[in-house]
Amino acid sequence: MSKNKTISAHRISSDRIDQLHEISGVNVYACYQCGNCSAACPAVEFMDPTPHQVIRKIQLGFIDELTTSETPWICAACITCTVKCPRGVDIAKVMEGLRQIVLRSDFEHGHLCDIDEKMRKKLPQIALIGNFRKTIL
Amino acid sequence: MELSYYPGCTLKANAKNFETSALAILQHLDVTVKELEDWYCCGVCFSQTQDNLMQQIAPVRTLVKAKESNRRQLLALCTMCFNTLKRAIEFIKNDKEKRDTIHQFMDREDTKFYGDEVEVIDILTLIRQIGLDKLKAAIVKKAVDLKVASYYGCMLLRPQEIAIDSPDDPVIMEEIITHAGCENVYFPFRTECCGSYQIVSEPEIVRERARKIVGSAVKNGADLMVMLCPLCYYNLDEVQRDIQEEDATFQPLPVLYFTQLLALLMGLKPDLQDFRLHAIDPRPVLKRKGLL
Repeated sequence: MSKNKTISAHRISSDRIDQLHEISGVNVYACYQCGNCSAACPAVEFMDPTPHQVIRKIQLGFIDELTTSETPWICAACITCTVKCPRGVDIAKVMEGLRQIVLRSDFEHGHLCDIDEKMRKKLPQIALIGNFRKTIL
Repeated sequence: MELSYYPGCTLKANAKNFETSALAILQHLDVTVKELEDWYCCGVCFSQTQDNLMQQIAPVRTLVKAKESNRRQLLALCTMCFNTLKRAIEFIKNDKEKRDTIHQFMDREDTKFYGDEVEVIDILTLIRQIGLDKLKAAIVKKAVDLKVASYYGCMLLRPQEIAIDSPDDPVIMEEIITHAGCENVYFPFRTECCGSYQIVSEPEIVRERARKIVGSAVKNGADLMVMLCPLCYYNLDEVQRDIQEEDATFQPLPVLYFTQLLALLMGLKPDLQDFRLHAIDPRPVLKRKGLL
């Protein structure tokens, strides 16, 4: 996590926020931090920051903290957050946007060959393909 | 009634019990399903990015094939396929500019898909369309006090625009279970995510989810759990075995595809299902309840 927590006009208007908006098409400024998304997220206990904190960090321009965090990779795109949001913020799309920002510079997150061979033979195809779709560009 | 059928990859491999039981009950209910002559992987996860249209091509190609079959309805048994295909239709229908770009890219296909020509349907909605009375009439076995926990998962309910029922409080599975003569068990985790494809890279998340979902159904008195997603099935059946290894006090619950239970209740030959594919053997409870 970045130690520099200073909020500045420069940070808030960074290109990274524009890039995230271009990929996801979501207006994060509609969020008023009610926390419904984090309350409903089934994987929230594994996340730091939690979904509503992710949105707040984007509003304030701390995107680098998010692209280096594990939160977008814990999200399984179950879309519960999006359904619960009273402001219509599609948080699942924001998570996808954050994953894409990382993948578009690093190509992959984790390594395919790390998957245990026994598991690979046992897993249903949709588990493997679903995982590849989210962790490889 | 005749409709096209899209199996997807998992039903031809890991989820054989789902395909055989579903096709058998539909035949029994006088529905003819014709598998598409040529189909592709749907891509599993609908792409949520705005700017990369490449990821939309796979489901659209299958929808083009469905349109060419000249049957309006396309049955997708696997819920991941259902979700992806249905969202692809919404995408194509609602964004003219992106639809034109996709059409220009897919210049080898003679048929252009505009979104209204094909209706993707899941098996629950299809059973409702066939008629619950007709279903009731086809039930020949009486389960002895069988308490069924219906697990929806995510893909049939979210996002809202493709949901088959209320995303917060769905009733369609329970309605069919009631008509099939079984008792419903309501448990709070029935619409919650099982952890999905995280089983590949973050299996501890799935273990935690499975422990909560199964535990909640057991606590509410379920004899077995039914579902329609091959991925939920793996995460809630196979993973119970891992939990048992870690925790001797864990109480396992047999898991079946929804259609497996219906096939048994309809008295269809039990040997069309391979119960050896289950990690938690459902045969003892099925015998006890008079279904085997």
